Amino acid sequence: MKHKLLAHGLISIQDLSAAEILSIVKLSEAMKRQPKKDLLKGTLLASCFFEPSTRTRLSFEAAMLRLGGQVIGFSDAIGTSASKGETLSDSMKVIGSYADLIVLRHPSDGAARLASLATSTPVINAGDGTNQHPTQTLLDLFTIKESQGKLKGLHVAFSGDLKYGRTVHSLALACAQFDMRLYFISPDSLSLPEETCHYLRKQGIKFSFHQNIEDVIGKVDIFYMTRIQRERFDEVSYAKVKGLYVLKPSMLEKVKKNLKILHPLPRVDEIDPAIDTTPYAHYFTQAENGLYVRQAILGLTLGKV
Amino acid sequence: MAKTVSVAAINDGTVIDHIPCGQALKIIHLLQLDHNRYKVTIGLHLTSSSMGFKDLVKIEDRFLTQKETQDIAVFSPQATICTIKNYKVASKISSKLPSTIEKILVCPNTRCITHQPHVMTEFSVEEFKQKVYLRCHFCEKLFERDQIKEYRI
Repeated sequence: MKHKLLAHGLISIQDLSAAEILSIVKLSEAMKRQPKKDLLKGTLLASCFFEPSTRTRLSFEAAMLRLGGQVIGFSDAIGTSASKGETLSDSMKVIGSYADLIVLRHPSDGAARLASLATSTPVINAGDGTNQHPTQTLLDLFTIKESQGKLKGLHVAFSGDLKYGRTVHSLALACAQFDMRLYFISPDSLSLPEETCHYLRKQGIKFSFHQNIEDVIGKVDIFYMTRIQRERFDEVSYAKVKGLYVLKPSMLEKVKKNLKILHPLPRVDEIDPAIDTTPYAHYFTQAENGLYVRQAILGLTLGKV
Repeated sequence: MAKTVSVAAINDGTVIDHIPCGQALKIIHLLQLDHNRYKVTIGLHLTSSSMGFKDLVKIEDRFLTQKETQDIAVFSPQATICTIKNYKVASKISSKLPSTIEKILVCPNTRCITHQPHVMTEFSVEEFKQKVYLRCHFCEKLFERDQIKEYRI
């Protein structure tokens, strides 16, 4: 059976079924266990980052290079034809004719969907505004499965910027496919968007909203912390929410033994560095896993696995 | 008080009734009736026993396509559309929302890529617990119909 990723790239986590997600997770495990150094030899990736990124861009480029492929691209919009007023559709048409695959990050919500309509070259969404970040979701799920041995039925808490954090939106939607119990901890001003809540209700997922980390952390298998995204606020609004939720070692006294703390990184001050050395900290392993998951996605999209 | 007919009857054509107040002119633009020679009668703020007040549009010698009746439902879901032949109602249908709505709605999400020039919008229509929601195909945000205030017509 041909995998969906082969034909269309990856735009939204909602385009994937639970079985397809599990097959990507399985392939990621194989990539981590046994690297395939010439798998993508002779293929070219266009890495198009209209917005800054460290981990996502470097892990995609490292994934491509470590599998023997090559990379062209840019790491911000300055100096590209977009700064001269070219539309995204035109840029994607042209770049699509140069490369076998496009990885796109863009500040506008829905940019990846538009790009996929503009070119027949597969597009992988590496983050579109506040909307989705599906490859982050897949690496989160891979990390959860690796650390817990399963996905189904886990209890997962999300904390921080649940309104603008696209990693939260994508992961919450994916968790719904595996019947997880979800807890959302945030101030009212940064709570989960209605469209995500609507989807969870439709799927019959149990979820609840909370104001304090302490009310929830003892109940969960995964605690997913996020950064308040300064770039999405004005100064006054940012000052009101900055530092509201900080995970400290004292909060870990009564947690489950199997608890793992995840964070899409970069962190600012929302996880005390003293937690890094506890057995619960798992965010650096999570970041490393991004390499293997993106190798799996590139291999699938280019039809090499 | 004697009952008066506030809008004249038509021989052949279409009557769009039970339009929420303020929506009639949008329907005129939607059907591009301001760009052709059809005779159009518009009633604004007419009294209605079921709605209190309503708008009404009569178009002589013009019949609507199924797509046009679906598009009208976007603006006035409770509208009734009557086809008139020889002064009699030949058919009467309630407008019904389509499964997707292309081009005519503006996404309320100002960060959505559809606000870039030359990008057409597309919304899917979802019903949940007897409420109608519209989901943008691009930014994937979900809106209640009343949240959509702008139209490209």
